[in-house]
Amino acid sequence: MKCKESPALLIIRVGDAFCRNCFKEYFVHKFRAMLGKNRLVFPGEKVLLAVSGGPSSSSLLFQVQEGLSHKASKKLRFVPGIVHIEEGAACGKTLEERTKIVADLKSIFSTSGFPFVIVYLEEVFSLPSSVLQSIFSLPTEKDDLYKDAVAGFMQSCHTSVKKNLCHETVAQETTLTEDHTHASLLSTHAHANETSISAFRGKFPFSPEQTEAVKKLFASMKTLTAKEEMLQTLRKHLILYTARIKGYSKVMMGDSCTRLAVKLLANICLGRGAFLAMDTGFSDPRHGDITIIRPMREYSAKEIAFYNKLFGVPSVFTAGLNTKAPEKASIQHLTESFIVKLQADFPSTVSTIYRTSEKLNPRYSQTPADDKGTETCLLCSCVLGIELRDEASAFCAISISEELSQSKKPEGGQVSSSTMEECCAENKMETLESSGCSCQSRERRNTTPDFWSLLCYSCKLVVKDMTSLDLLPEYILEEANRRQRRTQIKREIQEYLLTSEDDADTAP
Amino acid sequence: MPVLCSRCEIKKAHLKRPKTGHSLCKECFFWVFEEEVHHSIVSAKLFNRGETVGIGASGGKDSTVLAHVMKVLNERYDYGLNLILLSVDEGITGYRDDSLETVKRNQEQYELPLKIVSYEELYGWTMDTIVKQVGLKNNCTFCGVFRRQALDRGAMMLEVDKICTGHNADDVAETVLMNFLRGDIARLRRCTAISTGSEGAIPRCKPLKYAYEKEIVLYAYFKKLDYFSTECIYSPNAYRGHARSFLKDLESIRPSSIIDVIHSGENLSVKEEVRMPIQGNCARCGYISSQKLCKACVLLEGLNRGLPKLGIGKHHKLQDKLLKSQPLTEEEEKKFKMISF
Repeated sequence: MKCKESPALLIIRVGDAFCRNCFKEYFVHKFRAMLGKNRLVFPGEKVLLAVSGGPSSSSLLFQVQEGLSHKASKKLRFVPGIVHIEEGAACGKTLEERTKIVADLKSIFSTSGFPFVIVYLEEVFSLPSSVLQSIFSLPTEKDDLYKDAVAGFMQSCHTSVKKNLCHETVAQETTLTEDHTHASLLSTHAHANETSISAFRGKFPFSPEQTEAVKKLFASMKTLTAKEEMLQTLRKHLILYTARIKGYSKVMMGDSCTRLAVKLLANICLGRGAFLAMDTGFSDPRHGDITIIRPMREYSAKEIAFYNKLFGVPSVFTAGLNTKAPEKASIQHLTESFIVKLQADFPSTVSTIYRTSEKLNPRYSQTPADDKGTETCLLCSCVLGIELRDEASAFCAISISEELSQSKKPEGGQVSSSTMEECCAENKMETLESSGCSCQSRERRNTTPDFWSLLCYSCKLVVKDMTSLDLLPEYILEEANRRQRRTQIKREIQEYLLTSEDDADTAP
Repeated sequence: MPVLCSRCEIKKAHLKRPKTGHSLCKECFFWVFEEEVHHSIVSAKLFNRGETVGIGASGGKDSTVLAHVMKVLNERYDYGLNLILLSVDEGITGYRDDSLETVKRNQEQYELPLKIVSYEELYGWTMDTIVKQVGLKNNCTFCGVFRRQALDRGAMMLEVDKICTGHNADDVAETVLMNFLRGDIARLRRCTAISTGSEGAIPRCKPLKYAYEKEIVLYAYFKKLDYFSTECIYSPNAYRGHARSFLKDLESIRPSSIIDVIHSGENLSVKEEVRMPIQGNCARCGYISSQKLCKACVLLEGLNRGLPKLGIGKHHKLQDKLLKSQPLTEEEEKKFKMISF
């Protein structure tokens, strides 16, 4: 279709026929255009590629490889590294299977020549609780900074011969002061942990007890939906942690258009409508110093599959939690099969959903500049409290339903989704001791109403599916306790505070 | 040991609530259901004292339950409202004529005044004749657009202040999903509002917005309310059917997902740069419209000229031609004729 010379090799979408070379050009051009349009990746910046081994992320790795190689016209200008999160423990794989998959992946990574690290899910139990905090920098003018950085980079490349020098000079320009101290604190803490992790001599940097703990955690979730959500959250935390200790400021994920459309619809069904723009947009600024970007979001799964086949991109198939599961096993799986079926009848479904997602805005902004002192969810770092802003909302409706369906207690019912069962209410809503009471609905151990207020609407649903909160990794529980103590202190001195705490921090 | 009602804890539980999973006895369930509707009405400030409210009654379970609950709450909490039943006759044989009998029975049972408006008298077309021209695929558009206008015209004839319809939580959730799948940004924002309407039009609200369809059926069953329960004969081919089956599957996985979808829909926000339709008035009939001619006029024009596809799809440029009643060119006519098999 494009060059009108060579015979067409494949057809994308409904009517676009491409020959081999034009297709390659088209593919590569799209990738560059994505990166160039959103000027988020600075030259010389360290970027972490999150590779799961599947087709999209392998394609991402291949593109970056090609883009940085010498033969490319206009080389890409950042410094990549690779991270792979090995999730065999959650899926119930044996050690032999996991070793084999890791070995395959290692061979792919070493041919790329970038530094790589393989992180195991078990390591989630050795994470520090600082992973859950977001570090925000002072707001700056992005465009100017980008242009200056590019100009500075070009200049220093002309004057110096070695590539390494280029990276160093620019790295100095683009970091900000306040974060440096904070980040270095994290890294010293992290190094202490790292030595303990690598102290375990043997093939894997974790212990069998940790594998057991992971298995128990996932077994405690009653529904597959909650399991998948928890796995995603833990995976994200691990990636963030790796990025922070190795000094990466950006993370690239390989989500394709089809995958994102499924994620969008599934998120609507899970109650995350307010944060759609962040979960699936090009950039995800929730975590402050680390930005997650998704350069593959305009490629449909079909295009990626064709490209991988034609140009021999190596990829490794790893079975996930919902492989071979029945259709209605989890919300995510159901959504995927629904969209695929609909796409067969209405070929524009995925692209329509994608266009719709581009028009969405995060409803409540995340950065401290606009909304000081906002609290964020413990697990997903989204802004809290959106449901309480409207009176006649769905959230109110469901709380009223919960309240009315249960008998009123003498102290008066509390309108929150953590209303205790009758037989456990003698402690007046304080810490609940699990006394083996056989209530009809779920048990709650060691929870106070405050714990629920630390979570956003959809994370509450995930945690409700767990039989016991103790099985959560320690860093989550620690951070929860810390935040609870902090709100308690704040409540005590509320009447004496004049300004919110973030004002006090950033005052000159 | 029999399971006790979780609310009064005295009587045996008769049913399990689909919404929250609690077991309740009959009386407690009635009370809880009515209280929730009352809460929806009060927190959204849907009605004011002394208003005349038209209840859109189709004879189906939603509108029957709505009529009953509105009557009960009006007396119990003294809303001070005048209630009237308003019904629309689309002219679908085998479906609508039976349900209208149910509405007439309702009127006698609840002692509420009733008014019926029909497509035949308003537009000169019934749904059966429309389907013969249009075919089986896009006819829901015609029915929906005409019905909305018909309700408004009927309400204006009765001088009603507000209209309330029996849309339940499942309907709203399906609408959110459907609009999302179709990429209809403008409607996505409006569809979750419990009360819609603007100047020049009679506001309409959905008091049952947070009530699950299953709970409505349970309520009607235990209260032994009389209703007509068949699906519209043209519905299996609608796009909404896909969204509906998806939602049913979701509910079986996680019962709270219906409210979750509504919650997501309420919190969606659109970037300011996106172009939204501006509201104006139809040049021909004066009804509110975002284009020069309102949709109903465009559809009617299409039907009357034998070009049924005129209203389906986007044809901004032809609006002017229609307005001046100019004949369309051969090419344009071809596009709008129905594809014959």
